[in-house]
Amino acid sequence: MVSPVNSIITFLLQRCLQGIVVLFVISLIAFAIQDNLGDPLRELVGQAVSELERENLRKEMGLTDPFAQRYTRFLADALAGDLGMSYQFKEPALKVILEKFPATFELVLGTAFIVVLLAIPIGCFCATKPDAILSRAVMGLSIVGISVPVFLTGIFSIYYFSVVKEWLPSFGRGDTVRVLGWESGFLTTDGLSHLILPCLTLSTIMLPLFIRLVRSEMMGVLEQPYIRTAWAKGLKKRRVWFKHALKNTLLPVITVGGVQFGSLLAYTVLTETIFQWPGMGFMFLDAVNRVDTPLIVAYVVVVGIIFVVTNTLVDLTYRIVNPTVDIQGEQT
Amino acid sequence: MIRETLIQRFLRSKGTVVVSILLLIMTGAALLSPWLAPHDPYNLEAIDIMDSELPPKWQEDGDDRFFLGTDDQGRDMFSTILYGLRVSLLIGAGAVIVQAILGVVIGVISGYFGGRIDSFFMRLADIQLSFSTLLVAIIALAVFKAAFGAEHYASLAVPMLIFVIGIAEWPQYARTIRASVLAEKNKDYVTAAHSLGSPHGKIMFRHILPNVFSPIFVISTLQIANAIVTEAALSFLGLGMPVTHPSLGSLIRSGFDYIFSGIWWITSIPALVLIIVILCINLLGDWLRDQLLLEKRV
Repeated sequence: MVSPVNSIITFLLQRCLQGIVVLFVISLIAFAIQDNLGDPLRELVGQAVSELERENLRKEMGLTDPFAQRYTRFLADALAGDLGMSYQFKEPALKVILEKFPATFELVLGTAFIVVLLAIPIGCFCATKPDAILSRAVMGLSIVGISVPVFLTGIFSIYYFSVVKEWLPSFGRGDTVRVLGWESGFLTTDGLSHLILPCLTLSTIMLPLFIRLVRSEMMGVLEQPYIRTAWAKGLKKRRVWFKHALKNTLLPVITVGGVQFGSLLAYTVLTETIFQWPGMGFMFLDAVNRVDTPLIVAYVVVVGIIFVVTNTLVDLTYRIVNPTVDIQGEQT
Repeated sequence: MIRETLIQRFLRSKGTVVVSILLLIMTGAALLSPWLAPHDPYNLEAIDIMDSELPPKWQEDGDDRFFLGTDDQGRDMFSTILYGLRVSLLIGAGAVIVQAILGVVIGVISGYFGGRIDSFFMRLADIQLSFSTLLVAIIALAVFKAAFGAEHYASLAVPMLIFVIGIAEWPQYARTIRASVLAEKNKDYVTAAHSLGSPHGKIMFRHILPNVFSPIFVISTLQIANAIVTEAALSFLGLGMPVTHPSLGSLIRSGFDYIFSGIWWITSIPALVLIIVILCINLLGDWLRDQLLLEKRV
């Protein structure tokens, strides 16, 4: 018999190890991109340099070293935070990416805020009154919401709110304030008005998903024996629903939320393109068009790390909050 | 109660019938676009730039020749949408075939052999599912595009899109198939096949596979919708089909620059077509899934 504490530690170690293996694979991919995409010499020297000089320069820079040597050097540099200089910005690529991070993060944060604010009450309503007309309407609308691709929501909302009605701005972040080195749009009215459309657009893709999730989880919880006990005790409806049932509904919601954080990051690439939002995704596509290899590599590394870290954290929290989860994740 | 067949239940569900007919018409029209479309959007000689940005026929300045108006290059919107829908459906179906083959083979092998092979593939599936397909596809195609150069990439776009979307989503199949295989593999007919000395390959793919087929249908329907949306998103980002051979996504992208000047039809009409197609497929998929769950319960 393995003690519960031991099994948690095994699980922690296992998941961390898995995370490291995935990070290693990401580093290999990043290295392969750096190694094969574009020619660093072309960025350094002009047309006039002869083939012999180029060959010498290649040797000097270690571009002809064996694979293992080049990869180790890349890894050592990467661990030290050096992913090369962006060709376009003439600055360290990692720094360029991290400067764009707040813009993307605020987009995700604003969206998460809208989703939490709306999905939980609406989901609860649909679960407690499944036959109400409003619940049916919400469920019907949610399949429409899932079917409309996020970039179309963005285009239509720009067309209606910015072009036809001229209520809201359609591109950029507006005025931002620098607080502790963080460029924030949350603190100015102009910044907030620029956030509304992109965040609403992003939340249309997440809302149907979470409303459905909250609803089905809550309906499942409401059939549990302890809820029947609560009814039998003669507790008020509100107390049973929101005090007893809601708590157990939220655990899976949080887990899915953590996992969806990653896909939200993917959708930001689309949203940022539509709204010309100066975030990481917008810059990445720009880097691709300019074949700015160090910047592409930096984006892959940063996004990879974000994914691995959030997923590992979500797994660990879930395991700690809910110890009945089987370690191997066996499903039959 | 006498159990109805799937077809009888299908005919009784009016909404599903309507949705299927709509889908059938659109698919048919898209596949027959070379014969149905009034103009050929790929034929550069037949396109006149003087015809560009004409609004749909029912609006002021509309032209009788172009029922849904023309795009920025003077191509007839109706024809271009038909051709574009064909490209979108082709990539969607192709990607789903790749996913299904990969996923089914891995799922059957995983479920049948179990042990190390199983834990390896399932862990791989876990990890792959934890990354967003769209993001993986964006990065992969972006790197391909940067490596090949935009011009050369354009000619490779169709196989690239099918390949990337196909590779990214195999775990969806593998997990479900594996679970079904686990339920099947201890049944008598498998034991019988074993004792008759059938080789593993034959048991897996001739005996077990036909019995786990129905979930493949349901997953495939929903996955085609996903693949079409992913393709549209990638094309919208400029990582998919080029404007010369547009899919719905690249048409929407080419029209996006014009909505600020009030030219709404280049973006909105293909967008509407895309939404209707996806909605129909999703509704059909939902219905199929409900039927399958019902069948299990009976």
